Amino acid sequence: MTILKNRLFWPSLILAILLGINMFTSQQFLMIQDGHLFGTLIDILRGSAPLILVALGMTLVIATGGIDLSVGSVMAISGAVACLLISELGDQNSVGSVLLIIGIAIGASLLLGLWNGVLVAAVGIQPIIATLILMVAGRGVAQLITEGQIINVRSEPYATLGSGFFLAVPVAFLIAAAAVVLTILLTRRTALGLLLESVGGSPTASRLAGIGARRITIMVYVVAGGLAGLAGLIYSANIRSADSISAGSLIELDAILAVVIGGTALIGGRFSVAGTVLGAILIQTLTVTVVAIDIRPEANLLFKAVVVVALCLSQSPDFRAKVFGRFKSRPAAREVAAA
Amino acid sequence: MGEQPPVLEMTGIRKVFPGVVALDGVDFRLFPGEIHALMGENGAGKSTLIKTLTGVYEIDGGEIKLGGAPVRISGPLQAQQAGVSTVYQEVNLCTNLSVAENIFIGREPRKFGKIQWGKMRRRAAELLARLELDLDVSAPLDTYSLAIQQMVAIARAVDIEARVLILDEPTSSLDASEVEQLFRVMRRLKESGVAILFVSHFLDQIYEISDRLTVLRNGQLIGEHKIEELSQVQLVEKMIGKELAALEDLEDKAQSNRERAAGAQPVLEAKGLGRTGAIAPYDLTIHEGEVVGLAGLLGSGRTELARLLFGADKPDQGELKVAGKPVNLRSPQVAMKHGIAFSSENRRTEGIIGDLSVRENIILALQASRGWTRPIPRKKQDEIVDKYIKALQIRPADPERPVRNLSGGNQQKVLLARWLITEPKLLIIDEPTRGIDVGAKAEIQKLVAELSDGGMAVLFVSAELEEVLRLSHQILVLRDRRLVEKLENTADVDADRIMQTIASGATS
Repeated sequence: MTILKNRLFWPSLILAILLGINMFTSQQFLMIQDGHLFGTLIDILRGSAPLILVALGMTLVIATGGIDLSVGSVMAISGAVACLLISELGDQNSVGSVLLIIGIAIGASLLLGLWNGVLVAAVGIQPIIATLILMVAGRGVAQLITEGQIINVRSEPYATLGSGFFLAVPVAFLIAAAAVVLTILLTRRTALGLLLESVGGSPTASRLAGIGARRITIMVYVVAGGLAGLAGLIYSANIRSADSISAGSLIELDAILAVVIGGTALIGGRFSVAGTVLGAILIQTLTVTVVAIDIRPEANLLFKAVVVVALCLSQSPDFRAKVFGRFKSRPAAREVAAA
Repeated sequence: MGEQPPVLEMTGIRKVFPGVVALDGVDFRLFPGEIHALMGENGAGKSTLIKTLTGVYEIDGGEIKLGGAPVRISGPLQAQQAGVSTVYQEVNLCTNLSVAENIFIGREPRKFGKIQWGKMRRRAAELLARLELDLDVSAPLDTYSLAIQQMVAIARAVDIEARVLILDEPTSSLDASEVEQLFRVMRRLKESGVAILFVSHFLDQIYEISDRLTVLRNGQLIGEHKIEELSQVQLVEKMIGKELAALEDLEDKAQSNRERAAGAQPVLEAKGLGRTGAIAPYDLTIHEGEVVGLAGLLGSGRTELARLLFGADKPDQGELKVAGKPVNLRSPQVAMKHGIAFSSENRRTEGIIGDLSVRENIILALQASRGWTRPIPRKKQDEIVDKYIKALQIRPADPERPVRNLSGGNQQKVLLARWLITEPKLLIIDEPTRGIDVGAKAEIQKLVAELSDGGMAVLFVSAELEEVLRLSHQILVLRDRRLVEKLENTADVDADRIMQTIASGATS
């Protein structure tokens, strides 16, 4: 019974069901071709990389009681910066130059995160408003960088980020996995996680306990910016171009959803990195499944919404008690008496 | 009283939380037209019993009868409809709404679905007039003091045709005249036949107002007594289940302690320190091993004075020296670097982080001062936390329990532990014993005495004069946000002397 009470049980169950559906409907769920893994499962893992990265940053921001709406725009800017610079290279396949440009794009994203963090923590603007500024303005900036065009690049080293394989596994997924491991180490092997949860739990009490809430808050927005920038690079490398209009469009909503599915409350405090990763993979699987089982394109979003609502309800203990309570009220009562 | 049937009868109430039996077969009776005190230490089960009655918790066993008929109270709304109204210790109203809205929230007078604002304001004013309060009912609640907010909460509870009125620690943030006002209202309600369940940690108040009392200890019923049949000492013994020797020990200790402070080095010196609108400029010196007590009424500037010494608020004038060197305490972080610790009077909003565990709450300040890159190794955390859970007798002794599930007194101990492990040179504690029971109060007082014996300087803020007198070497009296007198705590200084100063400003 205790496994049923784990807050990640229901999302895991739904993920398993969705993967099961894919296994039956898809002829190519998991196979090996040309020396690397291939199939729907691999598509899901690769496709979920940008969302995992963005949702990781979102988790930390939400843990402090904030929110970051600008992640999609940061993705667009980072992709635009990278593609613009690469397109101007004499040799687009120069690994060194590409690495340098990736560094520049991520550096720019970190600065954008710093801007958010300063607005929130130093100026004191509410997070939803502060990041709304960059959400709207950032997409404009991205369009300015690309001059309203889609910039195509022919750089194999850059494309590797999005569609390459390393040891038979997609590079994009490896990057996301590395970011997850790093985040877990950063928050749980240091005291950062505790201080984050403390700031999110009660900013006033945290300040009086001597926690530099301002610096920590700025830091999480910087990290969120950097991770969104990385996600933007993967996205643009995958399509080998910078599309400043659709890159990262509405991804902030999927990221927030992933965080919530993972069991982190929007009011801040306790957070779960593993939960967020599960949430992000679940959302990506859902997106892939909708296509795979031939739901009419017009009904896509509606289908997704229905699954999300069912998922959220299944995570509510009150709701479960109401629905299933009638059938098992007696055994439950006996359990309490035994305890 | 015995002739009438009880309006409320609870028998064999049992409530189990994971790992704890909070209530174990408790009986409780309440007769119409009586004021009944529910007594017990922190964690004895008082709050749990009240919450089973108000529908916050469902009982796991036993029976509740209201007016002779068995009832099942499944939520706060059902409780209200059954005639049980509650005013909690911490005011839980919407401070951004008006006084009138707060009184009528959820049951606004309506006509064709539209709220009748005029009628609502008029009725609110009438209701408050009955409690001898004259407020602007359309002003937001947060324009009034905590004490007034409390009275508004009572007005709300009274207006809901209550047969049973539960007052959970209503007096903990009221000053003497406000308590008198509250008691007048309570007596009037009692005469009209309302049964009042009253919880307070102030024994004098219990004896002044109550007719009967019920004592709980460790979730069990210890007894039900008429107030005149039980002396205060007997009551305390029943509550804590041991003799009062601990308190008396302390008396001797503090006496010998007072004489010893001379010749010690000053830890902190404030000169002309002040903040406009909060506290007038004051001078203050605290020495090693010295306890300085701050006395004064609610709102007299006690807390404001203390906050300046921790960088919680920034002073706009004056100088501050720590260990003889001038310092600028810009923030709590800086103050902590200079060995100053501050435990706020607002346990719930400025002290504990409710979601985090006891362990995490205890190590928080120490961890903050080390910075996030140098985590305290888990093994060391466990050692420290176990040591302080034992030393301060924190109950339940489970370091991984969320701290919000602890009683007020235990939360206070967690906060003390948080600061003690940082080994401060100066410990500022604001109202550490407010709203906690006699046993825990004695323990905390004893701890303060021991810390000062060990050389720690303590600034002790409390509304209870007796406590200030018992512990302090030097007493500072505040009035109207101004430091009006400094007294050496010699044999001829007593509560009357301090009261006089509080009442009239500086004497002699």
